[in-house]
Amino acid sequence: MTVNPSSPSLFARTRQSDLWYSFTRQRSAVFAAVLLAVLIISAFTAPLYAPQNPFDPAQLELWNAEIPPIWLEGGQWPYLLGTDTQGRDILSAILYGSRISILIGIASVVFALLIGIGSGLAAGYYGGFVENALMRVGDILLSIPTILIAILVSAIVRELLPPALRDVGAAGVLVLAIVLSGWVQYARTVRAQTAVERRKEYVQAAQLLKVPARRIMFSHILPNTLTPILVAATLNFGMAILTEATLSFLGIGMPPSQPSLGTLIRLGNQFLFSGMWWIVLFPVLQLCLLVVSVNLLGDWLRDALNPKLR
Amino acid sequence: MTIPALTVTHLSRLFNVSAPWLNRVIERKPKAYLRAVDDISFSVPSGGCLSLVGESGCGKSTVARLVTGLYTPTNGQMQFANGKNGKPLAAQMIFQDPYASLNPRWRVFDIIAEPLRELKLRETDAEITERVGELLTTVGLAPRDGRKFPHEFSGGQRQRISIARALATEPEFLVCDEPTSALDVSVQAQILNLMRRLQDEMGLTYLFISHDMSVVRHMSDQIAVMYLGRIVEQAATEVLFANPKHPYTQLLLETIPNVTDPKRDREVQSGEVPSPMKPPSGCTFHPRCPQADARCAAERPEMQAYSDGSRVACHRVAETMAALAVPLVGERRLSA
Repeated sequence: MTVNPSSPSLFARTRQSDLWYSFTRQRSAVFAAVLLAVLIISAFTAPLYAPQNPFDPAQLELWNAEIPPIWLEGGQWPYLLGTDTQGRDILSAILYGSRISILIGIASVVFALLIGIGSGLAAGYYGGFVENALMRVGDILLSIPTILIAILVSAIVRELLPPALRDVGAAGVLVLAIVLSGWVQYARTVRAQTAVERRKEYVQAAQLLKVPARRIMFSHILPNTLTPILVAATLNFGMAILTEATLSFLGIGMPPSQPSLGTLIRLGNQFLFSGMWWIVLFPVLQLCLLVVSVNLLGDWLRDALNPKLR
Repeated sequence: MTIPALTVTHLSRLFNVSAPWLNRVIERKPKAYLRAVDDISFSVPSGGCLSLVGESGCGKSTVARLVTGLYTPTNGQMQFANGKNGKPLAAQMIFQDPYASLNPRWRVFDIIAEPLRELKLRETDAEITERVGELLTTVGLAPRDGRKFPHEFSGGQRQRISIARALATEPEFLVCDEPTSALDVSVQAQILNLMRRLQDEMGLTYLFISHDMSVVRHMSDQIAVMYLGRIVEQAATEVLFANPKHPYTQLLLETIPNVTDPKRDREVQSGEVPSPMKPPSGCTFHPRCPQADARCAAERPEMQAYSDGSRVACHRVAETMAALAVPLVGERRLSA
């Protein structure tokens, strides 16, 4: 939509909005946002300053293996958080691993949103057969635990892919598995809201002008359904990262050659009892920080956008 | 009277209100239909205002949505006269609830500009801006109000925006579905006067829908009284108020509060509108009618025209006023 030329700019409106006010007043939200920003930026700028590229076997030296964190006896620069049994720097592995985890989280939320919003709008707007077909498919998917769907999908797709592509396609398989169970929640929310909105008179006014159905759905109805979707998407971003970590921990996610946080935890888990706690503890901490900051932000957003709590 | 802008003949609309298929099978229920509009005929004079009045649930709003094309009729025809551009008129609508009829996420400018963009009535952005400003001024708002969102306006102002949006299409025929029922009385008068002024200035034709008899008296040339999906009486405004014939019309007029004599002796009739799912036999008004007899319960009364130009569907009126009955001929027949 073109806005009247004399409207205030987006930045000015953001600064004046209720949401921004509520954000600045809520310490936990500011804390979570700053923490999340630090985590994401550090993960994506890692190649600039990380001591080594943990994905590149040529950079790993076995004589650097099993070094404890730098503040313990035997700790060595530049291995701040120590190294694992392959001589891989834990800090670098965490940064690179977070990058994969975050990318998979974002990709699965985006694809789930696209499918969920599209099918939710169509189901809510057209009703009848379209609604029944889409929602029953969703019901079936919801009745199977997410992890089980993910295991099934990744097992099947992995078998279908040629061996050369298995490692490369692992991220794609993970995204597909998370999306398959994730889109239903968005579709249900959007469908319920759309079914309410499409009966409102502003939609009828647009129908009177013979505005095409697709445009009514996307420019009239969708903006009025976005609030709960925004909250769900934020919280699901944390969930997606966790699901990815779970699958990788179970050994059906990212391969050890391209470790995500879950893979790192799985690998480190084996050495927990041999005294090398740093291999598993730091990836776990990173995963916790990531998910907690996302969830804090999502919780704040849910309260801030809830008109009943104002 | 001039050529009617809209002629409606034997219009009916059924709604399928059946339970879902599975429930019907399990509970062995038949399909259920609701007859919201039942074989009604009327015509709206060009440049005039026909009002449909009646209690909630009598099918007024369904008629509005049928006329504008939001619903498709189950039966019957609607014939629009040709407009200034030679094409048949297209009806625009002013809605009942000013809080639901404007998209809360859109700026007023975009709401009013949507018809202009959608129907390609203006080419450039500058022309659209100018036209929106013009429309806002017409309805008594300022062009700079276009920057605001609907929630920044009062109910009356929103209804003005709604009118501006309807006017943006340069309509000649407007359907107004209880445009003032959500407003308080002082604001109602402003909106009604605005609509009257626009009618005079632009030669608009209104199909006005209301349950408020005093609003209707202010606005309309012709009034049609609806009860349970049927028109029971239609007459010119003065005739209807001076000499209401159908017992239901008399009941409606009794309900108008009287400022000079608030405690006047009224014959208040009890009862509610029966369910349109199971309309009573014969004359649908007979369970509430003080003059009903066995014939009313058995036989549905036909529309009958009288010498003062009114048309009434009532056995009692037909019996007592038989001398004044005139045959339904010509245009009157067509609109019967």
